[in-house]
Amino acid sequence: MKRYSILNAPKHMLLWIYAIASLSPLVIMVLNSFRTTQQMATDPLGLPDSLNLGSYQKAWITASFETYFLNSMFVTITSVFIGTAVSLLAAYVFARSKRRVFAVLEGLFLSGLLLPVFLAILPIFYLFDALGLISNLWGLIMVYSALSIPFSSFILAAFFRQLPIDLEEAARIDGAGYFRTFFFILLPLVRPAIATVVVFRFVPIWNDFFYPLMLMRDRDAYTLPVGLTRFFGEYQTDWATLFAGLTITTIPLVILFIVASKQLVSGLTAGMSK
Amino acid sequence: MKTKSKSHGAMPVLVGMAFVIPALILFSVFILYPLTTALSYSFFGWKGTLRGDFIGLENYVTIFTKPPFDEALPNAFSHNLLLFAGAMVFQNSIGLLLAVALHKIGRLKRLFQTMFTLPYLVSPLVVGYLWSLMLSPLFGPVNATLRAIGLEELAHPWLGDPTTAIWAIVFITAWQWIGFPMLLYGAALGGIPEEVSEAAEIDGAGGVKKFRLITLPLLLPALGTVTILTFIGAMEAFPIPYAVGGSTGSPAGATDVMALLFYRTAFESGDVGSIGTSSALAMLLFLFIFGVAVVLRTSLARAERKIYG
Repeated sequence: MKRYSILNAPKHMLLWIYAIASLSPLVIMVLNSFRTTQQMATDPLGLPDSLNLGSYQKAWITASFETYFLNSMFVTITSVFIGTAVSLLAAYVFARSKRRVFAVLEGLFLSGLLLPVFLAILPIFYLFDALGLISNLWGLIMVYSALSIPFSSFILAAFFRQLPIDLEEAARIDGAGYFRTFFFILLPLVRPAIATVVVFRFVPIWNDFFYPLMLMRDRDAYTLPVGLTRFFGEYQTDWATLFAGLTITTIPLVILFIVASKQLVSGLTAGMSK
Repeated sequence: MKTKSKSHGAMPVLVGMAFVIPALILFSVFILYPLTTALSYSFFGWKGTLRGDFIGLENYVTIFTKPPFDEALPNAFSHNLLLFAGAMVFQNSIGLLLAVALHKIGRLKRLFQTMFTLPYLVSPLVVGYLWSLMLSPLFGPVNATLRAIGLEELAHPWLGDPTTAIWAIVFITAWQWIGFPMLLYGAALGGIPEEVSEAAEIDGAGGVKKFRLITLPLLLPALGTVTILTFIGAMEAFPIPYAVGGSTGSPAGATDVMALLFYRTAFESGDVGSIGTSSALAMLLFLFIFGVAVVLRTSLARAERKIYG
């Protein structure tokens, strides 16, 4: 045991040094959002002298972050909801039916986890163009809901499989139909898995830049990441506002992290190990 | 088993279908249809959005032989490979080092894990922009710090210099992703049975030897998973290069990658045949990612069988 304590000092030092490297850029981002661009130019490493919210006001109102933020919220929440709902229904069948057709469909959905499906953007673009869905937030929502299916149905089916079948059989014998059994018996039982899926789909959808860059051409339909690209072009020299914009984009994830850090850290490796 | 499932376990196929159909429709329209259609796009000639004749592999020939692709494609592709190699060497070895340091550290483990994985949550685009400000030549905090601690000569326009720009992207990506290999290796280390480790010590294996003979082979599955995911991530790189070098991969194409080349060809080139050529680019990248991932997976499975018998 003694050996461990001797080894611990350099270990701790390494870990704390990396912790600083890991966190300091994020801390600088937040601190600088409270400073003025002029302060940053004269003293790049200084601290804010007051809780100056001017840059936030400028980013939120003048630079349209209000629009981008609300679009991102609407798209992310709706997509996670639809994606989780349809995956729950499918996962239940994958876990409970032994028919080959569902095994094939489960395999098909699963393949979406491994394939770089984002490369198939062009046909989606022309499909949306034909349907008038370019710059329509519902178009983006449909794409994200579909992209959620491989991961969500995989995690949820694994969870359904762990549930004992007795409860459902009892409910069925009591005369409850499949839909009733699903909604009233099973859904309450899979809540932990639903939480995992919701948290894990929220982050990539909130952060995604690829799809809205191509599909949302109208400024009113920008989500935060696309809004950021426009913003970085226009406010290039206005560092204070840039830092405020970056912070605004990140805040919802920090809140999510505080609320669900357990699911996030433990779930990060879920489904990856064999 | 069979009689049981016949009596009450089996769900009627129509009920099952009713449950699956919403997901199936979404999956078919937004994943299956676009994938197959993108493949077919690449075999046709195009005049704007009008599809011309079937031209076989001509679009594929074009992206290898005609300008601007004859130079842009190898340039972009080599950067993807460099991102992969860089991540394997730096990101994954530091991730392993952190996992080993965290192993059996006690109650602070959770706190450290949280701090190291935090950047992973932030949008890669935000990460790219944040670091482009951090690394900015005049007022950027990185160069300011170097000057403040007397390392003035190390201060450098990291993103403006074509030789350092791509390495800056390797570094930025590693900063964001380090928590991922760390957690995977950490889980693998935690899964190594105490008896194995103790038996090795009783047999006289010292720290380094024990690590090489016991720990490393048992880490192999995690290493395989990390390699595959790192490969896919490097090939799909898009938001960080976009934030750092824009859609053209500035300076002078030094940060260009495949996804950027695809984006420019499809949406910014204005070339009449761009649907065909950009689809060919997409399919080429698709096949490469998928092919290599499959090869890595099978060789990994073989290596595991060899070790565990």
